[in-house]
Amino acid sequence: MRAVGKKLIAGLTLIGRRVVNGVWRLGYASGFFLMTLLRSGTSFRRFQLVIKEIYFAGVLSLIIIVVSGLFVGMVLGLQGYETLQKYGSSEAVGTLVALSLTRELGPVVAALLFASRAGSAMTAEIGLMKATEQISAMEMMAVDPIARVIGPRFWGGVISMPLLAAIFSAVGVFGGYLIAVVTIGVDSGAFWSQMQSAVDFRQDVLNGVIKSVVFGVAVTAIALFEGYDAPPTAEGVSGATTRTVVTSSLAILGLDFVLTAFMFRGI
Amino acid sequence: MEKTLYLWVGIFVCAGIAALFVLALKVGNASATFNTGETYRLNAEFDNIGGLKVQAPVKSAGVVVGRVEDIQFDVKKFRARVAMKVDKRYSFPKDTSVSILTSGLLGEQYIGLEAGGDDAMFKDNDTVSLTQSAVVLEKLIGQFLYSKAAEGGSDKK
Repeated sequence: MRAVGKKLIAGLTLIGRRVVNGVWRLGYASGFFLMTLLRSGTSFRRFQLVIKEIYFAGVLSLIIIVVSGLFVGMVLGLQGYETLQKYGSSEAVGTLVALSLTRELGPVVAALLFASRAGSAMTAEIGLMKATEQISAMEMMAVDPIARVIGPRFWGGVISMPLLAAIFSAVGVFGGYLIAVVTIGVDSGAFWSQMQSAVDFRQDVLNGVIKSVVFGVAVTAIALFEGYDAPPTAEGVSGATTRTVVTSSLAILGLDFVLTAFMFRGI
Repeated sequence: MEKTLYLWVGIFVCAGIAALFVLALKVGNASATFNTGETYRLNAEFDNIGGLKVQAPVKSAGVVVGRVEDIQFDVKKFRARVAMKVDKRYSFPKDTSVSILTSGLLGEQYIGLEAGGDDAMFKDNDTVSLTQSAVVLEKLIGQFLYSKAAEGGSDKK
């Protein structure tokens, strides 16, 4: 009887500790995020640092974004045509491709790719900098690592993300055009004109850009925090990289639901 | 090294902005949204607007001549007040009738203007008096069933 009671208490303690730890980490992460924002003056005074990070986060992700965008658009074109043709409205495939890309798939898939391509690299880099005590060395030299290392990476990611999402959507629409118009033979005029009458600049394109900016902030902040917080061991860095991808993917999908609920309430 | 890096970042930013422009102009209808040509306002009252929405097109003879600007419920008359922005290039006679139509069988609803023969033209903020409400499918089916039932009753006599 007593043994069972002990086990029960141990289990409850574990749950309690986990919850307290989780809340503590959330607070720590928020403080870290606020610090990054407050000390980002350096990033703008020395903008070449940010440009370098845009190169690593944005330019190097360009190939995967363009290729995935093209294939996603082509798949949408094929699948959309297959179904719409049953209702005799195969010209609406342009609308379908453009709306799904600008509203949802562009920002979300680009952010998921960005998280696994650039976010994981950021975490690994900063985790390794910490493990090899480069960050402590900076502190010894009175260089603020948050201002010098974290800030430029944050702004580089935040600037890159909406551009990548826009490129993804544009290339995806082109992919849909390739399949629907060039391969299948949907009328090109109807394809574009139906698309233009259905896609609204403010409602669809601008909301997609807002989404991608929010995702950019979330992914970059999570990646940088996980890297900065990683235990300075090989295991710690690998665990942090995994956590970055998992947490930021979940954050993207959760935030996407919240933003969609705010933006498209069916009015 | 540094120079080529900047060049690549420049190309990337240009490509991103170009993609946004393509989305705005080629995919979206920003060219139509920003085209704020001179317009004038027409009001109309309806018993039922069906599924009419703000920004729905206003058409005459199938040509888009304006957009629905605002829809409100008039508490005194218990009717819907619809305000339209119509392009200044097109003026309509005072006895023009306004009806809410549907494009296709189940398509979106739009406002159709049918010009009359009056010499006087509408001015800004005028109210159109000849209006025809949206067709409500349920009412139509109800009427049809009712008339069918009446027919069946007369046959039996």
